[in-house]
Amino acid sequence: MAPNSAAGFLARYDGLTRRLPGDMARRQEAADILRSFGLPTRRDEAWKYTSLAALDEAHFHEPLTEASGFAAEIEPELAGFADLPRLVFVQGRLDSAQSRLPETAAVHGFAQTADFGVLARPDRDRLVALNTMLAEDGAIIEVPADADAGTLLLVSLGTDMHGTPTAFHPRHAIRLAAGAKLTLIEIFEGKGTYLHNPVTEIVVGTGAKLTHIRLQNESMAAFHLATLYADIAAGAAYEAFTLSIGGQMVRTEIHAHLHGAAGHAALNAAQLLRGTQHSDFTTVVSHDAPGCTSRQTVKHVLAGKSRGVFQGKIEVARAAQKTDGYQMNQALLLTPDAEIDCKPQLEIYADDVKCSHGATVGALDPEQLFYMASRGIPGEDARAILVRAFLAEALDVIENEAARALLDQVIESWWRDAP
Amino acid sequence: MLQIKNLHASIGEKPILRGIDLTVPEGQIHAIMGPNGSGKSTLSYVLSGRAEFTVTAGEVLFDGLALLDMPAEARAQAGLFLAFQAPVELPGVGNANFLRTAVNAVRRARGEPELDAAQFLKAARAEAKRLQMPDDMLKRNVNVGFSGGEKKRNEVLQMTMLRPKLAILDETDSGLDIDALKIVGDGVNALRSEKFSALVITHHQRLLDHIVPDAVHVLAHGRIVRSGGADLARALEAQGYAQVIAEAA
Repeated sequence: MAPNSAAGFLARYDGLTRRLPGDMARRQEAADILRSFGLPTRRDEAWKYTSLAALDEAHFHEPLTEASGFAAEIEPELAGFADLPRLVFVQGRLDSAQSRLPETAAVHGFAQTADFGVLARPDRDRLVALNTMLAEDGAIIEVPADADAGTLLLVSLGTDMHGTPTAFHPRHAIRLAAGAKLTLIEIFEGKGTYLHNPVTEIVVGTGAKLTHIRLQNESMAAFHLATLYADIAAGAAYEAFTLSIGGQMVRTEIHAHLHGAAGHAALNAAQLLRGTQHSDFTTVVSHDAPGCTSRQTVKHVLAGKSRGVFQGKIEVARAAQKTDGYQMNQALLLTPDAEIDCKPQLEIYADDVKCSHGATVGALDPEQLFYMASRGIPGEDARAILVRAFLAEALDVIENEAARALLDQVIESWWRDAP
Repeated sequence: MLQIKNLHASIGEKPILRGIDLTVPEGQIHAIMGPNGSGKSTLSYVLSGRAEFTVTAGEVLFDGLALLDMPAEARAQAGLFLAFQAPVELPGVGNANFLRTAVNAVRRARGEPELDAAQFLKAARAEAKRLQMPDDMLKRNVNVGFSGGEKKRNEVLQMTMLRPKLAILDETDSGLDIDALKIVGDGVNALRSEKFSALVITHHQRLLDHIVPDAVHVLAHGRIVRSGGADLARALEAQGYAQVIAEAA
């Protein structure tokens, strides 16, 4: 078997075809793409720093058994969100018993509607093809015009099946009509080895605002390959923050398309990695209309032999005059064996734009550590304080207090377990 | 309180301290004076445990403990405090949080109950007021954007809150105007008791007008070349280091 042939996934598809919901022609098209081209390899420019070779060795199976007992286990962690509506997915399937539907937003299951959306296209992205071929369920969330849907939790849980790796490919869509508002807090958790391959379509209508806080806290053995496509209309805002802390092999790829005047996109992230974790945060921001702003502050804290990747592309079309784009990538290497790869890319075709980007890589400052030690602060605490200070700039944009508290708590416990 | 015996230390291959013998009894304040490059700051760093310096010979007893065997934070917890010549900036770390973390780390190590946020803030505000520090200095990031004088006052604030048995003040007077010098001097004098000792490292006599020392030592080429009372500082000021060092040689 050639590396990254996707053969295992194609075989699973062949076995599942009669069970999968929706348009089979679309799935067939996706399967054909994978049959012809396989999954991406490091020879693909966009995958230069991230290898999917390990996927081939894992032999993922369809998750067969229900694992809803798991949902109860993470309940304490969600205590800060007790009163909020929530959608709980276990192994990629909506667990209705654990879910509480929101009042202001309409929610449908992909299993019923097979609503693939239009933004994520298999012919452009082979992880989207993989998802399109095998998607069984997902959350289709729609907020009507001018409605404030408050805060909604989307919890995704993954597990292996008694040691057998599983794979699931949920297909989500979040659509806000003109003037609508939603804060979506997305939490990924799990146990054992599995592949989580979600694809999310995001539509933010004119003047609407979606705040999207994502906590990727998958099992340390998990593969997490998430792709998001966001379309942002005139005067609309999509503000995303991703904390990537779990998973052995992770890629989060976000495409933000600013297609109306004065739109705003923020794609902020922090990655805390240790051991041999690999986590890739890739963004493409397309400024296609005048007067839009985009902001990206991406911070990596890398321990052990972990590897962080940031690829950030800003495209400014000829029509997108008065674009204001900012991108900053900063890495703190806690060990000599940790590694960061950073690829900023600016493609600017308009002449009246303000676009800046920067990158820094460094270690903790021994002078700062000594200063703290000389005040009686133990080394471990001093390092934790400096790492939190480093992350603060990225985290301070989060206004939702419960979400911020959860992220702080996760960072705190990362620190306790870190090498 | 502090006994330094035949202390040799180097940075890299370069010897800086070449056999220092010095005893600071409990409750006393001693001054160390000396020209640039004599080893004053190195002495303060070696005593407080900075890793860049290698101790090649000698020993230091602090309140009966073998100081040189202890990591820097253990020295601080045992009651040693260094007021930095150039206080370090900690962007993103709030001054109050930092100070409370330090105070509680030290209290924990001493078996004392930790201070909660309210208890701490009340005490810190009172001390800050005594040092005539602006209110927002507790809210700002540690030493970030502080003037030279504010940084030094912030050091004295930390010292006061950490209640050390022995404070080393490394050129705390540098960068201070006359008023600030008095405030800092008053801050140190407020701690004076038979339980508090200090080693005041300075170039100049002027800080010693505010903090009158029990003894003055002259450091040159990594050794104490002369010791005397408070009047030695005045003699140095009048005659200059060169003559005093030459007389001692």
